[in-house]
Amino acid sequence: MSGFNFAYLDEQTKRMIRRAILKGVAVPGYQVPFASREMPMPYGWGTGGVQVTAACLTPDDTLKVIDQGADDTTNAVSIRKFFQRTAGVAVTERTAEATIIQTRHRIPEAALTADQILVYQVPIPEPLRFLEPRETETRRMHALQDYGLMHVKLYEDIARNGAIATAYAYPVKVEGRYVMDPSPIPKFDNPKLSNSPALQLFGAGREQRIYAVPPFTQVVSLDFDDYPFEASKAPHACDLCGDPGSYLDEVITDDQGGRMFVCSDTDHCATRQAAGHRGRLSPMEAAQ
Amino acid sequence: MSDTPLLSVQDITKTYGARIGCTGVSFDLWPGEVMGIVGESGSGKSTLLGCMAGHLAPDSGRVVFDTRDAGPRDVLAMREPERRMLGRTDWAFVHQNPRDGLRMGVSAGGNVGERLMAVGARHYGQIREAATDWLQRVEIDAGRIDDKPRQFSGGMQQRLQIARNLVTGPRLVFMDEPTGGLDVSVQARLLDLLRGLVRQMGLSAVIVTHDLAVVRLLADRLMVMKDGRVIEQGLTDQVLDDPQHAYTQLLVSSVLQV
Repeated sequence: MSGFNFAYLDEQTKRMIRRAILKGVAVPGYQVPFASREMPMPYGWGTGGVQVTAACLTPDDTLKVIDQGADDTTNAVSIRKFFQRTAGVAVTERTAEATIIQTRHRIPEAALTADQILVYQVPIPEPLRFLEPRETETRRMHALQDYGLMHVKLYEDIARNGAIATAYAYPVKVEGRYVMDPSPIPKFDNPKLSNSPALQLFGAGREQRIYAVPPFTQVVSLDFDDYPFEASKAPHACDLCGDPGSYLDEVITDDQGGRMFVCSDTDHCATRQAAGHRGRLSPMEAAQ
Repeated sequence: MSDTPLLSVQDITKTYGARIGCTGVSFDLWPGEVMGIVGESGSGKSTLLGCMAGHLAPDSGRVVFDTRDAGPRDVLAMREPERRMLGRTDWAFVHQNPRDGLRMGVSAGGNVGERLMAVGARHYGQIREAATDWLQRVEIDAGRIDDKPRQFSGGMQQRLQIARNLVTGPRLVFMDEPTGGLDVSVQARLLDLLRGLVRQMGLSAVIVTHDLAVVRLLADRLMVMKDGRVIEQGLTDQVLDDPQHAYTQLLVSSVLQV
């Protein structure tokens, strides 16, 4: 790791980011502007999350990186390698062993603990962005808690689709004050945001915003009285580990309409399989 | 009736640098009364309306509104959240161009429901019911509730804007050239509708227009503005039938007779 400061960023930059994080923790759900740096990866690959992770890492940390629930896809592998190279920290694929988890689009199935920090990669931090294009106006709306427009979006969803069709990046209200975009996690994960013992940090590199949900903070998904929020998932059990309650990916297996549903959280699935759980298409059953 | 005016405008002045927007304007608006403000383009009527509605900050003067909970209060001294709350409960603002007052990307029902949701309505069925009801009251077919405003004609857009504004049962409506840009027959229908709603709901209104026919039909009282000053005011029929000021005489006589 010669040629780099620990975790790539210089100490002054990390200090600036930590200040933004502290402010974010002090005002849950509020988007704190910060001077986002150029990172050696394209925008959209998690530059915000990487900067937040770099500012939180210590040499004793164990890092886990998730991309859509999986540990072995491009984004996860390259960010994990990046920190192995620049920080020399231990890495793991096991949720329970990690102290810092950087994630893209999922919250792990396993319950998090007070010793863990969950860092989200956020593409567009402003939940009101597609309703109100002016940044000056959205900031004023946050300041004045003028959130009627958010419900107009949900109203339109029901009017057009008969139900709230927003399935990811589902808007939430943090501690009864700020409306927040929880990053594009499936709405299945929304309940896990609330009252989590772990610190949750959100970094948006291109948009230069950091926000946070401190431990044990109330996070409520917005809804209507007669159309309540529903944490939806595919109505199947995992075909590999048999878990009926985890969030599933649909995998097309042939061109005859064959498909299987597998846990999107690879660590969760592997842990269950190691403990002897089997699903409909597990290799052992298929061999019989 | 009550002995406090609903809206009391006191000595409003607004300048744009060295130029005068409007100066020294004062009047009282009583509950249920409709006040017309006429004048040529650039006479300061839109500036005055903007100052009253809180869109512009006047240089001096007071706008006192008789609020439901706290009685008469100076609107200009209110905090921004209170003013916004007022702006979506007791007040309404109808823009000349419906595109300024509507969300063009949101369905008609969503447009009408927005004010309800902004004041805390969280029951989809009830919001939808209110929206349907209001669409019918402004003579828009309830079947078009999920259509976007851009699919509506100009007159329908204007009626939709009115529905969207009146859904929370405001007591005071500001209208900026509500019939501008509409053809004559559509104008007539809109005026008819407005007159019905104003009388039926007991609304007070301030209507800015350059069209004397509009004020003749809608307004109880009339103010004539020129170069940022009020030059004549009185009962509508009185001002229009017996104009005293030279400019008002010119204005009245320049209306085309058919």
